[in-house]
Amino acid sequence: MTTRLLPWLFVLFMAVGPLWLGDQYILYVLTSTGIFIIGAMSLNLLLGYTGQLSLGHIAFFGIGAYTSALLSLGFDLDLGGAEPFVLGPQPVWVAFLGGILVAGLFGFLIGKLAFRVRGAYFVIVTISFAQVMRMVALNWVDLTEGPMALNNIPPLSVWLPWDGVIPLYKKEYNYLLVLAVAVVCFLVIQRLVQSRVGRALVALRENESLARSVGIDVTRYLVVATVIAAGMAGAAGGLYTHYIRIVDPDVFMFIYTVTMVIMVVTGGKGTLAGPIVGGLAFGILPEVLREVARPEVQWIIYGVAMIVVVFFLPQGIVPAVKNWFAGRRKRLAGTALGLRKETSA
Amino acid sequence: MEAHLQHLLNAVVLGGTYALLGIGLTLIFGIMRVVNFTHGELYTFGAYMAYMLAGMMGLNFFMSLAMAAVLGMALGALIEFTLLRPLKGADIDTTMLVMIGAGIAMQAGEQLVWGGVAKSVPSPFPTEPVVIGSVSVGMNRLFVLGVALLLLGGFYLLINRTKLGVAMRATFQDPDTAALMGVNRGLMYTLTFALGSGLAATAGALLGPIFVVTPTMGDLVALKAFAIVILGGLGNIPGATIGGFVLALAEEFGAGYLSSGYRDAMGFILIIAVLIVRPQGLFAMKERIG
Repeated sequence: MTTRLLPWLFVLFMAVGPLWLGDQYILYVLTSTGIFIIGAMSLNLLLGYTGQLSLGHIAFFGIGAYTSALLSLGFDLDLGGAEPFVLGPQPVWVAFLGGILVAGLFGFLIGKLAFRVRGAYFVIVTISFAQVMRMVALNWVDLTEGPMALNNIPPLSVWLPWDGVIPLYKKEYNYLLVLAVAVVCFLVIQRLVQSRVGRALVALRENESLARSVGIDVTRYLVVATVIAAGMAGAAGGLYTHYIRIVDPDVFMFIYTVTMVIMVVTGGKGTLAGPIVGGLAFGILPEVLREVARPEVQWIIYGVAMIVVVFFLPQGIVPAVKNWFAGRRKRLAGTALGLRKETSA
Repeated sequence: MEAHLQHLLNAVVLGGTYALLGIGLTLIFGIMRVVNFTHGELYTFGAYMAYMLAGMMGLNFFMSLAMAAVLGMALGALIEFTLLRPLKGADIDTTMLVMIGAGIAMQAGEQLVWGGVAKSVPSPFPTEPVVIGSVSVGMNRLFVLGVALLLLGGFYLLINRTKLGVAMRATFQDPDTAALMGVNRGLMYTLTFALGSGLAATAGALLGPIFVVTPTMGDLVALKAFAIVILGGLGNIPGATIGGFVLALAEEFGAGYLSSGYRDAMGFILIIAVLIVRPQGLFAMKERIG
C-alpha cells in the first residue's frame, strides 16, 4: 500500500513544495531539470530497457523543439516549385503535438536504419545522426535561421476556468505543466514496460538471439521503443522551446545527450525511478556547484562522477538503495528470529 | 580540370591525417574492444603540447612534434592503466561510459589550463605555396602528408613484420591463447592504447600549425574518426586507412561542388549510405587486423 502511494505523494510534494517556496529562481531550475528528466526517462526506455546505448538522443529533443517552434511561428519553404510552400502560424498545442509526431517519425526512420547494426556501430550511427541534425539546423538558414536562432516563439497556452485561455508566461504554470507532462510520460513508460512489449524488450536486452528464437520480432520491438522514446524526447523539446522561447542549433550538442546518459546511469538504468533520481541530482548539482566552482571545474566533476558511478555503483543509485533496504530487512528479520529463539530456549 | 586536381590534392593531404586518426581508433577497438571517446581529447592534447613546446618554450618545431607524440603515448598509457585495466572483462557499454566521462573531464581540464582563446603554433615553413603545374599546396601541408605517410608505413611494418606486431595480432585473434603462448596481455593492452593515443596526439601536433588550437578542436575530429572507422569496419586497419582518404575525398568534393556548409556532415552522410548498402562496413571481409 505505501509503495503504491509513495509516487503520488512525491508528485504532490513536487507540485506543492516549490510553489509554496515561491522562489522564481528555484522554479526555473526545477522546470529545466524537469524537461531534462523527461528526456532522460525517454532515453532510459532505450538504454535501460532495450540495452541500446543511443548517443544521439538529443536529436529527437531538438527535432521536437524546432518543429514545434516552426509550426507555431509559421514558415515558408522554397521546395524548388513555382510557388513556395507557405504555412501560417498554428495554434501552440497543434505545434507541440506536431513536434512529438515529427520526432516520432524520425525515431521510426532512424530506428529502421540504425538497428541494422549493434553495439559500437549503433552508438556511432546515433551520434552521427545528431551531428547531421545540427548541421542541418546550422545551414538551412531559410527555414531555421541558422545560428541567428528562432526567436519570439509563443509560449504554450492553457484554458483555466477562471481566466479563459491564457498564454503561459508565468513560471509557476510552466513548472506545473512540465510536472504534468513528466507524470504522463512516467505512466506511459510504466504501462509499457509492464506490458508484453516491455517484457519483449527486456528479453532481447538479456539475450537477443534467444529472444529471436522464441519468436520475438526484435527489430520491430526496437523500432516501437525508439518511436515512443523519440516522441517523448520531442515533447521535452517542445516544452523547452516554448518555455525558453528561443531555439538555436546548439540544442543538438553532444554534451546534452551525455547529460541525459549521466542522469540515467547514475539513477539506475532500467528502473522507473532511476532517471528521476539521477535527473534531480544532476539537474540541481550544477546550481549548487555554481557558487563554488567554475564551469570547467563543474564539467570535470561531471566526468569524474560518471567514472566513479560506473566503478562503484554500476547499477546506479536506485537499485543500490533497493538492495540496501532489502538487505537491512533481511538482517532485521534475522535478528528478530534470533531473539525469538533465545526467548524460547 | 584544374579545380578537380586541386580538390584531389587537398583531399590526399587531408586524408593522411584522417588515416592516422582512424587507425589509432580502430586499433584500440580491434584489440581492446573499447570505443575510445578520449581520442579527440588526445588529438587536442597533442596540439597543445606542440603549442607549449614550440610556441611558449621556443623549442625546435620537429623536436616538439616528436615530444608531443611521446607525451601523447604516455597519457594514453596512463589512461589505460588507471581506467581500463580495472575494468578488464567489463562489457563494451561500461567502458564506453567510462571513456565518455574521461573525455568530458579531459576537455574541461584543457579549457581550465589553456583557456578558451584559440592558440596558434608557429610553423617553421615558408608561407609561399609550392606550385606544381596548375595546382598549388602549402609547404606545411606537404610536410604533414609526408609525416602521415611515413607513420602509416611504419605502422604497417610494426604490425606485420615485428615480434610485437605478431603478439598484438595474436591478442586480437584470441586473447586467451595468446596469453598461454606467453604474450603479456596487460602489456599488449597498455601498448595498444599508448600507440593509438600517440597517433592521435601526433595528428593534433601536425595540424596545430595549420589550424588553430582550441579546447573543443577534438570534438569534430573524434566524430570524423568514428565515421572513418565505421567506413572501414571496426578493427580493420587497412579499412581505416582507405576510409580516411575516402572521407577526405567526400569532404573536399562535397564542399567544392555541393555546399561548403555541409562539409563536416559528409562523413555522416557516407556512414548512412554505407549502412544502407553494406552494414558491415565497406571493407569488412571478416574482422581482422594487419
